[in-house]
Amino acid sequence: MNLIIAVLIGLLYATGAYLLLRRSIVKLVLGILFLSYATNLLLFFTGGLSLMSPAFDDGSYPDLSQLSDPLPQALILTAIVIGFGLAAFSMVLIYRFFKETGTVDLDELSDNKK
Amino acid sequence: MMILFLPILIPLLTIILLLIVRKKLAYQHILSVLSVVAQLIVALSIFNKLGESTILVAQAGGWPAPFGISFLADYTATILLIAVALLALPIVIYSIGFIDKVRQQGGLFVLYQGLILGVNGAFLTADIFNLYVWFEVMLISSFVLITLGAAKQQLRGSVKYLVMNLLGSSLFVAAIGLTYSQLGTLNMADIADKIMKQGSTPLLNSAIMLFFIAFGIKAAVFPFFFWLPASYPTPPIAITAFFGATLTKVGVYVMLRFYSLFANMDEAFWQPIIFIVAGLTMLFGVLMAASSYDIRKILSFHIISQIGYMLMGIGLFSLIGLAGALFFIVHNMFSKTAAFMAAGLIKRFKGSYDLNMLGGLYKSKPILAFLFLIPALSLAGIPPTSGFFGKLFLVMGGFQSGEWLITIVAIVVSILTLFSMIKIWNEAVWKPAEEKAVEPSNQKLNPLIIAASFAMTVFTLFLGLTVFWTFDSFTEAAAQLLNPQLYIDAVLNNNRPALN
Repeated sequence: MNLIIAVLIGLLYATGAYLLLRRSIVKLVLGILFLSYATNLLLFFTGGLSLMSPAFDDGSYPDLSQLSDPLPQALILTAIVIGFGLAAFSMVLIYRFFKETGTVDLDELSDNKK
Repeated sequence: MMILFLPILIPLLTIILLLIVRKKLAYQHILSVLSVVAQLIVALSIFNKLGESTILVAQAGGWPAPFGISFLADYTATILLIAVALLALPIVIYSIGFIDKVRQQGGLFVLYQGLILGVNGAFLTADIFNLYVWFEVMLISSFVLITLGAAKQQLRGSVKYLVMNLLGSSLFVAAIGLTYSQLGTLNMADIADKIMKQGSTPLLNSAIMLFFIAFGIKAAVFPFFFWLPASYPTPPIAITAFFGATLTKVGVYVMLRFYSLFANMDEAFWQPIIFIVAGLTMLFGVLMAASSYDIRKILSFHIISQIGYMLMGIGLFSLIGLAGALFFIVHNMFSKTAAFMAAGLIKRFKGSYDLNMLGGLYKSKPILAFLFLIPALSLAGIPPTSGFFGKLFLVMGGFQSGEWLITIVAIVVSILTLFSMIKIWNEAVWKPAEEKAVEPSNQKLNPLIIAASFAMTVFTLFLGLTVFWTFDSFTEAAAQLLNPQLYIDAVLNNNRPALN
């Protein structure tokens, strides 16, 4: 299971990196999204892959070390929210970019073609 | 220590107030200035409370140290807090006069406060995930600032800026995840404590390397620097000045902090890497500046080159090296801002940033020439300006540690910097006015702009002239960085919870 997750995260990173290197600005933003998903997933599994109980203690639990780690879930929640905000901003940016320049191809905007 | 929260709460409160008076620019101006002054007072009073071995610590929400978020102010953080507050004041005033009403109404001052909020938070926090949050606060403000007004060239520059910084952020979070999975803690003092006691594992080292890559992207070091010259020159120059003074420096500050806490016990591995990166950063920055003819581009490339000096100080990790690096950071914040402001004035007066279009400034506006001369000399490192002392301490540190190669590179780059500054001076100030020169814009120069630029120039001069009085504080800061145990004890021991 660990291996599958690791490969999955790696694949997401690879996809993100590939998309980042494309010329189209839309793919660029998709690449950023993939990267942030890969990172979120990585963060999620830092608590360890386990089948333990959620971290809720009503006093009846005999062994607290059997509870799973709640912190990565708090972290990933923060990371997802920040990721959403940034994704929204990038979408607006590429929309303005397209409206202003009439193209989604980054190469058409290189410095020597002002 | 409630006072530690004030540098964060004041900008936050100001943002709310600014949004309430969104329609009234005059109120926004007054509020922004008041807020920055208040932050300066708070930063100075934090500095006053610091002593030889007293480090101020505050636990957010009252959670005990390794579990909650800790905030910490030592000399390093406080000196930088003061520096940011000091230069934010002229920048706000300069922006009031320099930046057009449309952009001001678009929330310029709100975003300034957002930027300061993120920067102050990053200086004070002692928790890596919280640090990430401050970085994002800073980043999202800077994203909007850099695209504010949405001119075509701004959009183009901002795409590179956005992509590189988001890439950096996701590497940062990945590194946080890896660290957490290894050590089970996010508190910087706790991490350092555990690394010291248990030693480093390969996975942990790769996490730390990821941290350095992420911060390297933010600080624009070799080979991650190319987004900076593409994006920094595009927004109005007051914004560029603020960026140059804060964003990259926060990257360097965090590297300094992480190196002191997490990497210095493994010096044999890290030091050569830092030196190689530092040397290449210096060289590439200055060489690209030498081939540029746009004042904003030249100054932006010099930001990169000077990041190299700060890295060199981190790599030396000796008392004088670190003190020199810290002094150099503050010097660079001031001189660079002053230089950008003077460049803005030149543009206002002569209508261009292009050196081929400029000339005759000395004859027509000697005051402007002077305003540019001081920061230029300071950047090049001519005594008695601050740049000279910063470089002097770094070079002394380099020779003391016997690091000849990097020191020689630093000296050569310094000469090349002088060449760049002379180029601007010759082309813009000395040579007779170009006939094809653009007609200067007719609008009268706002006295606020000149006053702000003048104030920044005076700060730059002052920093150099008072070095013998202020340098004690910088050495004190370096001493604290050299002894990470102080940091660990300050955060953990005072309130280590009773473990059951």
